[in-house]
Amino acid sequence: MSSIASKRSRPATASQPLRTVRLNELERRLLDAFQRGFPLSPTPFQEIADRLGTSEEVVLGVLKRLQRSGIISRIGPVFKPKRIGSSTLAAMSIPPEELDRVAAVVSSYVEVNHNYERENDYNLWFVITSPSKERLQQVLRELESRTGYPILDLPLVKQHHIDLGFPLWC
Amino acid sequence: MKSRANNNRPNALDRGIIRCTQAGLPLVPQPYQYIADQLGTTAEQVMQRMRQMLECGIIRRIGAVPNHYTLGFRGNGMSVWDVDDSLVAEYGRRIGELEFVSHSYQRPRFLPEWRYNLFAMVHGRDRAEVMQKVELIAALLGKDNRAHEVLFSTRILKKTGLRIDQ
Repeated sequence: MSSIASKRSRPATASQPLRTVRLNELERRLLDAFQRGFPLSPTPFQEIADRLGTSEEVVLGVLKRLQRSGIISRIGPVFKPKRIGSSTLAAMSIPPEELDRVAAVVSSYVEVNHNYERENDYNLWFVITSPSKERLQQVLRELESRTGYPILDLPLVKQHHIDLGFPLWC
Repeated sequence: MKSRANNNRPNALDRGIIRCTQAGLPLVPQPYQYIADQLGTTAEQVMQRMRQMLECGIIRRIGAVPNHYTLGFRGNGMSVWDVDDSLVAEYGRRIGELEFVSHSYQRPRFLPEWRYNLFAMVHGRDRAEVMQKVELIAALLGKDNRAHEVLFSTRILKKTGLRIDQ
């Protein structure tokens, strides 16, 4: 297990101006062991503490700190996205000087929940989710006519693996 | 995926649990009791329904949701691959099992503009690490990799995650 802390302890250079996050051994073990399988028992933090050989108070304290500092966004269930409705991944190839204008139009739709700029000829990537297929198609057509650029419509065919957590120290 | 019967639809209590937990469990010694008190039920009921939702897949997992960006995983790259349609399902599954891949999807090609039919989200601390991992995928695919690219995100323009209800 390589230590993230040792890799991060290099001095920040101009090309590495990032805030460093140091985790201690207990924090690391907590994050490694409990991205899934959080106990469904009356006192889950006590159970975790027993497994890590510490106290409930310490576990709760560590988790509060990790949450406050933004290292974890939360502890709890991760829900499967809604199955009802229709969604697609869409991509557009937009000249750089037009990107902000087009991105603003795309983001203005409530049906668009993720919108990323990516380094590629196809530089704008977004997910459209809608209660109905018809509305999804309508959004795609509207976006093409409002922006003047064609859209690649890449709906999911099959999902093989999604967000079950992954080891942070591999 | 086969569609399942209605008993896998969340009931009223499930929806209450989803509302009360989607932003995270309270960090108190008895979090399920806390949720139960808000919903006018028992901790036993809350745990039992969550167990049920976990079994039928409404809940994917219960645990810490790390903010990979804060932790230094800033190299999130979307790798896209062109593999033969007859092989894509098997490779999608195998690539999805790699521990540095968080999402693996089959998507349609959009010819002639877009030749790629397999997407795998690769995580690493920086671009170099992502590229090393992409090379591992390329090695796994061997000659069956007809072409690939890695698309790094440069800006998040919009991201809305939380759902209010199911």
